[in-house]
This record gives sequence, C-alpha cells and structure tokens, in this order.
Amino acid sequence: MVTLNHYLVLSAILFSIGTAGVFVRRNLITILLSIEIMLNAVNLSFVAFGRALGAADGQIIVFFVMTVAAAEAAVGLAIVICLFRLRESLNPESFVSLRW
Amino acid sequence: MSSEATLFYAFAAIAVLSSLLVIGQRNPIYSVLLLIASFGALSGLYLLLDAPFAAVIQIIVYAGAIMVLFLFVVMLLNAPREETDEDLDREAHGETHPLLRPGPMRLGAALAVGLIVELVWALTKGGGESGQFPAGAVGSVGAIGRSLFSDYAFAFEVTSVLILVAMVGAVVLARREASPGPSEHP
Repeated sequence: MVTLNHYLVLSAILFSIGTAGVFVRRNLITILLSIEIMLNAVNLSFVAFGRALGAADGQIIVFFVMTVAAAEAAVGLAIVICLFRLRESLNPESFVSLRW
Repeated sequence: MSSEATLFYAFAAIAVLSSLLVIGQRNPIYSVLLLIASFGALSGLYLLLDAPFAAVIQIIVYAGAIMVLFLFVVMLLNAPREETDEDLDREAHGETHPLLRPGPMRLGAALAVGLIVELVWALTKGGGESGQFPAGAVGSVGAIGRSLFSDYAFAFEVTSVLILVAMVGAVVLARREASPGPSEHP
C-alpha cells in the first residue's frame, strides 16, 4: 500500500538531489536545472498532500508554482545569455566582480 | 505487491535515477534530456495520485515548454562543457575563493546527503497516523477550473501580470546592445 509518507520521502530525496546539484555543479545552466528539480519535488508533495486532504487546492498551487518556475526560467536564462556574452563562460567562478 | 505499489516504485526509481544523472553529467544537453525523463516519471506519479490536471500540465508546460527553452539556450550557447577540477586548479590556482575549491564543494554534497538522511528520518519517525489516502477521486479538471476562476481568481490574474513582467524582463536582458547609449539609435 502506497501511503502519503512514501510520496513525502520521495519528495525529500528529489529535493536533496537538487540541493546537491546546486553545490557540486559548476555550470550555470545545470544549477538552474537543479532548481527546477527542487521545485518539482515540492510540487510532488503539494499534490500528495492535496490527495490526502481530499481537496483540489494542491493542484492549483502546483499550477501557480509552475507559472513562477516558467517566469524564473525565462529571466534566469536571459541572465545566463547576458553573462555568457560578457565572459564567454558559464562557470560561476568567472563572475566574481561583485565579490568582497 | 499491488500494481499501484509496483508503478509507484518504478516511477520513483526513474525519477530519482534520472535526477541523479542530471547532476552527474558534465554535458548540459544530456542533463536537460534526462530531466525531461524525470518529469515524465513525475507525471506518472501525479496520475497515481488522481491528479490528471497536474500530470498533463507537467508534460505540456514543464517538459514541453520550459525544458525546450533550456535546450534552446544550451544549443544557442553551443553547450560549453564544464571544466574539470584539474583545469580549474591549473587555471586559477590560489585565486579562487576557498569555499569554491573542490574540497569544500564535496562538503556541500555531503551536506545534501545529510539533508536526505534527516528528512527521511523525520518523515518515517513520526508514523503515528497511517497516512493512507482516503478513497474516492479528488480534483477533477472541472472542479479545479471552477475553483481557479472563483476562489483563486485574483491570484490567477496576478499570475498573468507576472508572466508579462517576466517576458519584458527576458527581452530587455537578452537584447543585444548595439551601442552604449539608448539615445544613439532613435
């Protein structure tokens, strides 16, 4: 029998994979992809909670999260294109001008 | 084992494995394609949760639109491969921030593993309730639409403003500046 806990544990694992991706990758696009993994992990727990509560609101929140993710991806990728034009690199260590 | 459990474990395995491969790749194109596989598995999980609306927009919006945008940018930038640790050591020896050297970045990965362990421990420990799902389907597409345009109508409209702002922002950011001043080209 698959219970709510199964989905929550899966969501936690996916979220941690996304967190690890942000830490270990040195490519701006892969870091954005890791953020998408984290957003999807949270979406999964929203849908599972909505199913457990017997309400449709979980899926509505997922709809809004996806909208924000689309906006984030569009703006984030535009920034990546700008940075790549500036330095010909996607390595975050190339962009250290603002670093103290 | 029931067929529902079999499907759950199959989809969960696909999602976790492809997500792991996403962050294990050095080539961003493979990462994007593997992430699409992961989203397909998540869509199957939404179907198991009686959430057809979420499953369909997961495929159409995420795998269809957002990931294609990522793929487009990866190919536009000619997919530069990530530098290896050796390249970085040779290239910027002593100049990199201490927290960005390979050793401390492994520490970040270790912290993420710690996060998995903690979350799974916390979720499996407090198993007081059975956590079983109630019977009966919830959230048909019609019910979602009715709720979206009545209870959540304001948030829905604000969402359209958000999309507009993101669109204008992306265009402004990614526009190629022909000349330093905007007054130069009327």
